[in-house]
Amino acid sequence: MSEKHKDEVTGVETTGHSWDGIRELNNPLPKWWIYTFYATCVWAAVYWVVMPAWPYLSLDGWTYTKGVIGYEQRDVVSGEIEAIAAGRADTMQKVATTPLQEIAADPGLMEVALGAGRAAFGDNCAPCHGSGAQGSKGFPNLNDDEWLWGGTLDDIHTTLQHGIRWDADDDTRVNIMMAYGRDGILSRAEVSDVAEYVLSLSGRSENADAVSRGADVFQSQCVACHGEAGKGNQELGAPDLTDAIWLYGGDKAAIVETVSNGRSGVMPAWGERLDEGTINALTLYVYTLGGGE
Amino acid sequence: MTETVTSLERLAREAAQAATHGNTDPHGDEGERYTAVNSERNRPLYASRVKVYPKLVHGIFRRLKWLVMVVTLAVYYVTPWLRWDRGPGLPDQAVLLDFPSRRFYFFFLEIWPQEFYYVTGLLILASLGLFLVTSIAGRVWCGYACPQTVWTDLFIHVERFIEGDRAKRIRLDKSPWSAGKLARKAAKHFVWLLIAVATGGAWVFYFADAPTLAGELLSFEAPAAAYLFIGLFTATTYTLGGIAREQVCIYMCPWPRIQGAMFDEDSLLVSYKEDRGETRGPHKKGTSWEGRGDCIDCGQCVAACPMGIDIRDGMQLECIQCALCIDACDEIMDRVERPRGLIAYDTFRNQERRRMGESPRLDIVRPRTILYAAALALVAAIMVVALANRSTLDVSVLADRNPLFVTLSDGSIRNGYQVKIVNKEHSARTYRISLEGLDGAILTRPSLGNEDETTIVVEADMLANARFFVSLPSERLDALNGGEADMTFVVTDIESGKIATRSTSFRGPKQ
Repeated sequence: MSEKHKDEVTGVETTGHSWDGIRELNNPLPKWWIYTFYATCVWAAVYWVVMPAWPYLSLDGWTYTKGVIGYEQRDVVSGEIEAIAAGRADTMQKVATTPLQEIAADPGLMEVALGAGRAAFGDNCAPCHGSGAQGSKGFPNLNDDEWLWGGTLDDIHTTLQHGIRWDADDDTRVNIMMAYGRDGILSRAEVSDVAEYVLSLSGRSENADAVSRGADVFQSQCVACHGEAGKGNQELGAPDLTDAIWLYGGDKAAIVETVSNGRSGVMPAWGERLDEGTINALTLYVYTLGGGE
Repeated sequence: MTETVTSLERLAREAAQAATHGNTDPHGDEGERYTAVNSERNRPLYASRVKVYPKLVHGIFRRLKWLVMVVTLAVYYVTPWLRWDRGPGLPDQAVLLDFPSRRFYFFFLEIWPQEFYYVTGLLILASLGLFLVTSIAGRVWCGYACPQTVWTDLFIHVERFIEGDRAKRIRLDKSPWSAGKLARKAAKHFVWLLIAVATGGAWVFYFADAPTLAGELLSFEAPAAAYLFIGLFTATTYTLGGIAREQVCIYMCPWPRIQGAMFDEDSLLVSYKEDRGETRGPHKKGTSWEGRGDCIDCGQCVAACPMGIDIRDGMQLECIQCALCIDACDEIMDRVERPRGLIAYDTFRNQERRRMGESPRLDIVRPRTILYAAALALVAAIMVVALANRSTLDVSVLADRNPLFVTLSDGSIRNGYQVKIVNKEHSARTYRISLEGLDGAILTRPSLGNEDETTIVVEADMLANARFFVSLPSERLDALNGGEADMTFVVTDIESGKIATRSTSFRGPKQ
């Protein structure tokens, strides 16, 4: 099949094969292509020496040739992170040391604080409060206008700094909603009556007898924290029972469960984990979500 | 420059030699054979480029090309330095592509990224204009105004100035290397590079404040991108204008392929009048012109051609219609005392008419040109109307999605909205935001108590972003049909009374 053959028209040798009389010219590869190819070969050889390249099995397990310049992508990343942190250090220092009200009045600084707050919220708070701070059962919605422990900048800052029922922090916010049913303080009937009374506070009870019986129970057991009118008390973290917001559900069954077993949600004291600048940024971010108080 | 005055006898003798020898090298021994680089007999399947040595010509089209070159280069180099006052805080450069702040300034016009359709409109206008001109008079763009043509022409003039005209350049290239040759070649490439650097240098001024950038460039403080682009454009200008030249038009540019669809038999094209020129042949002074054509086959049209082709071979893809062969031929016709215009702008149909004994005439107004002109007028009209009605106030409203709505302690439902207001006026404006279409809805703005809640000040030529709350009292929740109600944000420019609206939804629990 294969034989020397020269194409008449072009004078170029063919590959020597003939397919149904059709021959292929054996033109050389373009020079630019072949030199580029050689250059890439040289490049590869140099690269193997200079950069991390070949995996191999050593006595300590799998490793790789490190390359003579010691390039390491992790170092690059951590270097970049450090550089960004260093670049932000001045501004974050300002966020850490400026009083919250003054930050809020400074649009430039506020923009930085809100940006930092949004990022820190996603990293630290979203697992419980949700990515939109919308909360869920037992975890307050931070977009609304009810604040168990107060919604001013300072209140939010304290809650963030010291947490709620966080034993490791001496200044943590603490209150006790007792397990009236489980601990035998109230009978089942009394729990049911007081739940009926709580429903009536937001105008949702149709059982007037139970309400009047429940009112007595409420007066003796609940007013200390929730107040005469059931309006709650931010000093003690006692929720307002007259409004439309229910952390653990507002139907009768949920209220009975709350009264019977008590409630004691926990929030970590972020002061031990985050720096002051981040706490301030989070405070301002959370405040602006729903407008604070 | 002395090369240009050559006796007609010599020209004719050279041509005769060329004809009898039939050499495949178009430049012969002394470069005095005038053969087109694409003539059939020396056109193998694989051919390396034959260098073209265009000869200088004098005449009306050469002067026209000088004028176009001066005007286009002046426009290119001067435009970034023109100033246009837009008021404080805004760039005063007449033409500026400001990428960092995403604005395109063009004299009185100012285009935001979302208004890029104006640029699209301009490009459509430009291409329709190109179609119209091409259908009337062929590749006018290629021959006179295309940057490739202008810069190549400039580079050829530099080459001619340093190395001499055609014959001298051919001789220089054939001569062995000497100090003189080296000096001439080096000088030529140096000047080319200077022009290329100036070209790239002018380019970057369109993208930043020209005087500032010029200072930064000279003190080596300009951004790296500026140097990068100067380098890029230096390289392309030098390569395309100095080295590649006609190959760009023949092999790289798609326009020669497209133009075929634009011409017709009534388009004015640079043509050799075969009916008048043939039979061609050398002519001895004093002999009769009876029984022969006017073409003395002197080859000056080939020598002048920057594409290296022979116009007498007819219409061809390589011809950029620069009309320099017309000038070259007219010079010869004057000397042999025959009428000018053996090579001229002519139409196929007129060639036909003359052959049939009819008188030639021009049909500029014909369906094709009417159609292109109408399309051009239509797009221009749309552009003018769009520009005249260009809004200076844009509003967009984005409802919060996480959470969709929030129940407040009094049982009302609240939604959050991100409102963006674009102020394209050249002064700061105050806008009042209000709601329409949802009775009982209350608009508030979460602020820290130091601003008027429903007005926003937007700086000149800026975009402002504000968050708003809309709450619907619990007794009005029946308005939420299927958990949703339509409403409209109304933004009013307090100063001018101009209003922009944007409709959106208010969401709540399904009732």
